[in-house]
Amino acid sequence: MKHGMKYIDDFRDPATAKALVARIRSDAGDAPVRLMEVCGTHTVAIARGGIRSLLSGAVTMLSGPGCPVCVTPDGYIDAAIALGRKPGALLASFGDMLRVPGKSSSLEREKGSGLEVRVVYSPLDAVTLAAATPDREVVFLGVGFETTAPAIGGAIKTASVRGVRNFSVLSSVRTIPEAMGVLAADPEVRIEGFLCPAHVSVVIGTDAYRPVAQRYGIPCVVAGFEPLDILMGISMLLRQKKEGVARVENEYSRVATSIGNRKAQDLVRDVFVSCDTGWRGIGVIPGSGLRIADRYASFDAEKKFGAPVVFAPDRSACRCGDVLKGKILPVDCPLFGKACVPEEPYGPCMVSSEGSCAAYYKYGGA
Amino acid sequence: MCLGVPAKILETGEGAAVVELGGVRREISVMLVDDVAVGEWVIVHAGFAIEKLSEEAAEQTLALFREIAEAAPSGDS
Repeated sequence: MKHGMKYIDDFRDPATAKALVARIRSDAGDAPVRLMEVCGTHTVAIARGGIRSLLSGAVTMLSGPGCPVCVTPDGYIDAAIALGRKPGALLASFGDMLRVPGKSSSLEREKGSGLEVRVVYSPLDAVTLAAATPDREVVFLGVGFETTAPAIGGAIKTASVRGVRNFSVLSSVRTIPEAMGVLAADPEVRIEGFLCPAHVSVVIGTDAYRPVAQRYGIPCVVAGFEPLDILMGISMLLRQKKEGVARVENEYSRVATSIGNRKAQDLVRDVFVSCDTGWRGIGVIPGSGLRIADRYASFDAEKKFGAPVVFAPDRSACRCGDVLKGKILPVDCPLFGKACVPEEPYGPCMVSSEGSCAAYYKYGGA
Repeated sequence: MCLGVPAKILETGEGAAVVELGGVRREISVMLVDDVAVGEWVIVHAGFAIEKLSEEAAEQTLALFREIAEAAPSGDS
């Protein structure tokens, strides 16, 4: 990491960061401007870079619902555990999912009592695993947003083409603009600008936020994940506010375009169909999910094994829901740092490395 | 979970390419991008190139950053 990573280190220059902070401070008004970083990857980068404290008094950064692990409901974990308990089953998952609590257990805890879960880097690795273990039923836990949807779809397509029949996906794919619409409409949240996700936008295109900007009059800026990207994105949001406009701008023009990745979109449209889906802490958001299309039903674990994911309301004491909506900061939850710590998480925002609570806990509240 | 890493294409093949990721050579799928060539940069997420990186656009953004840095009063706190 230390020997100069092109297109990473370039966007971390301290002198430029300082200039951007000064620019943000001079554009800010008397009261702090309430901005939301929608994406969990931004949340981690902001916490790691100490950006909240650099901008304190000028900008309040609220963390949004963009951590896929955090918004995956209990019922999904329960369904995954039930599937993993079936004879011959072999689960494959991104590592982040293992410690997420379901209603009564987590994958990690079940692993201790015989459940088999393999951590994979790519959904394609799960297809390879299935091809190598024809006597097992490999179920990939397909959790993610639009960034990951083409990868999950690509794995299903690959399994279909290669005839890997012992591979299926328990899909929990969600779409971000619909969730932003819910937050934008919530009078309690009062967002004055959205720092929009980098890689979700690469796939769906920056135009996808135009309805949010136009309908709710909230400025939107797509920004990359490096510190200078984030500071520049925030600065662009403040300039829009100053000018009294609300439009979609793109700081991450080196990768994201207005129309997005058409090839990825076509693949997603082929493999998935839009559906209503439940978000932990938020509830059911119409049209915010992607389920596997009927033509790929044999790769849909819910259908293949009759293991439906049931959405139920959340456990009472945990305030992850209010954290995910930007209504409270992690430190305002009575469980934060007490009954809920990364080693013994109560709620999903403390489990995922990208969860707001975990980021606050690790890097300090500022 | 939406992390994506810039990587340079070292070799190309049928639907796949070899890139260097954090000093390690790795095969990735290029089924989501059109005709990648050796030497081009892509963003890698979950084993897939999800888009090409425009070096020209990156340079423009960096030039803008340099302008902002140079315009800032020096030695301020």
